[in-house]
Amino acid sequence: MKSLEDLKKMRELALKKVEMREGGKDYRVVVGMATCGIAAGARPVLNKLVEETAEKDYNCVVTQTGCIGMCVYEPIVEVYGKDGSHTTYVHVDADKAVKILEEHVGKGKVVEEYTVDSVRAREV
Amino acid sequence: MIRANVLCCAGTGCTSSRSAEVYDSFVKYIEQYGLKDEINVVKTGCFGLCQKGPIVAVYPDKVFYCHVQPENVERIVSEHLLKGRKVEELELSDEDLQTGEKILDIDKIKFYEKQQRIALRNCGKINPEDINEYIAMRGYEALGTALTSMTPQEVIDVIKASGLRGRGGAGFPTGVKWQFQKDQPGDEKYVICNADEGDPGAFMDRSILEGDPNAIIEGMAIMAYAVGAHQGYIYCRAEYPIAVKRLNIAIGQAKELGLLGKNIFDSGFDFDLEVRLGAGAFVCGEETALIASIEGKRGMPMPKPPFPAVSGVWGKPTSINNVETLANVAQIVLNGAEWYSSIGTETSKGTKVFALGGKIKNTGLVEIPMGTTLREIIYEIGGGCPNNKAFKAVQTGGPSGGCLTEAQLDTPIDYENLVAAGSMMGSGGMIVLDEDNCMVDVARFYLEFIVDESCGKCTPCRVGTKRLLEMLTKITKGEGTLEMLDEMEQLCYEIKDTALCGLGQTAPNPVLSTLKYFRDEYIAHIVDKKCPAGVCKDLLSYSIDPEKCKKCSMCAKACPVGAISGVPGKEPFVIDPEKCIKCGSCLATCRFGAVIRK
Repeated sequence: MKSLEDLKKMRELALKKVEMREGGKDYRVVVGMATCGIAAGARPVLNKLVEETAEKDYNCVVTQTGCIGMCVYEPIVEVYGKDGSHTTYVHVDADKAVKILEEHVGKGKVVEEYTVDSVRAREV
Repeated sequence: MIRANVLCCAGTGCTSSRSAEVYDSFVKYIEQYGLKDEINVVKTGCFGLCQKGPIVAVYPDKVFYCHVQPENVERIVSEHLLKGRKVEELELSDEDLQTGEKILDIDKIKFYEKQQRIALRNCGKINPEDINEYIAMRGYEALGTALTSMTPQEVIDVIKASGLRGRGGAGFPTGVKWQFQKDQPGDEKYVICNADEGDPGAFMDRSILEGDPNAIIEGMAIMAYAVGAHQGYIYCRAEYPIAVKRLNIAIGQAKELGLLGKNIFDSGFDFDLEVRLGAGAFVCGEETALIASIEGKRGMPMPKPPFPAVSGVWGKPTSINNVETLANVAQIVLNGAEWYSSIGTETSKGTKVFALGGKIKNTGLVEIPMGTTLREIIYEIGGGCPNNKAFKAVQTGGPSGGCLTEAQLDTPIDYENLVAAGSMMGSGGMIVLDEDNCMVDVARFYLEFIVDESCGKCTPCRVGTKRLLEMLTKITKGEGTLEMLDEMEQLCYEIKDTALCGLGQTAPNPVLSTLKYFRDEYIAHIVDKKCPAGVCKDLLSYSIDPEKCKKCSMCAKACPVGAISGVPGKEPFVIDPEKCIKCGSCLATCRFGAVIRK
């Protein structure tokens, strides 16, 4: 290492390992990973979210939670914004997960067609 | 791809309560549950809340588990890491005093809420054995900036302007010390990190060395550049094996990356660093004795002047700074003098780390801005005395400091205030005493330590402290006289005035401050032949109240010397004062309150 520039490069590489300990991301993407979620296929969704986030460097942390009580709508993904916004997506699969990241986290646009409200409205 | 970090504390406190096994269990179960590629298990330094160890933190969820035992690990892995259900009963929590609600948010927990972590910023956050994690936290950026865009004088000016003062206890302005050394002629100069932490009850330097060794290396390199030194020594006691190991790992990694060695950051500046081990003598924390020890001589102090900045190790100009002082240096260079001097009081800037111990609920390490009051530390952060016992005193500054009472608890902490109150900052040990502590016994304990640790070079310290201890011992045995109090006081001042080094000059402080604030306890020992706290064994007697005795024989079974006799179910039990060793086992065993201690 011979310059501040070299140090900066090293730091960027190293940062990936520790940044989740600092928090401070714009979005928190939460996957329901209770028995019901896992049975309905939440694991591939979680894996996809984690992969995509790492690859495309989305401004969010991906984490998991337990059963939120709507087991019939699993796999459920919730997106919490820093501004206090909260969106619940239901029946999510790997492809939908990619779209949620792209639109919601990437561009700040809620993917209306996957939200719990619109899915339930369609059912009625 | 990694989606969560599990941070296991690997500091000395948690290690002694099996955190190494906890770490191994995490590795095992994470593999077993097929989570190896998504969850990273990391060993970190001290989280500070040693009372609740072993501590495990899970990020990004920011969940802190406390008292984690190896047998809890599978549950955390299968519930939290696999299914996302936090194991709430292991979570660190506080109770909201108004609503009674459980607080789980770590930033709102009382112990952490009032703290501001600068010296401890990376402890419990990074893996101290991986220099990359330190670099990720802006590590070595301050060194790079100093070497490539600042002159040595500019570095010293920043440190001077920041108001940083020595954290080893005396509080000498760090920038001024560096300036003295820089202004000395000659090109062979040295820098030393004083990591010979020896006060009973103090462990903040150890935690920094264990949790963030690179911060010390960077601080020393910046100091060396400022004063014109090319060789540094870290003088650490061999009693700190984890600290020594991590320091050596960190030095090795820094050398590999070219952050130590020749031509650092292509600036032409060379700096090398070596760990020197001490055998753990208290006097070697005194700088001239420390230098003697580094040179391979017997660790004994020399008269000052000459000061080390003029003639130090190998007779060359030397700067010696404490671990905690050095841990602040890189942050000051990075964030500016103004930022640092905005924290703290008029005369004492920045933060101070204290090792909270004794009769306190939250034993551990706390870092607070200067100007915080003792009451805030002891009650709000420390949680007060356990078991509803009454607070009696707080001892700061170790054997060189003194005891402060309830009346001084609202003193804002800084160097001057603590001295004015009759104690001193010291390196940061803070031992809380409650109603069950006898102040005469506390003074005797510290004197005993000093008598053991006095190097014997000067008479006031070698003989004077021994005489003091003899008088104190007599008082605790009920053989003291009131004249002794005056004699002790006079002897204390004589030792203070005539001892050669800081150890001797401050050794009488525990006696003086207890005499000042707790004279009534001394008088109770001398006149009434009683120890009000029930500590001094020679002044105690145990007996059994025949009215309350249920004749159950439990006390007789508990007595280790067979001093209690009686007939179960028939005759009340009696203690034979000749045989009794006053251990208190009978008192602890009796469920009917029949054993009386006087």
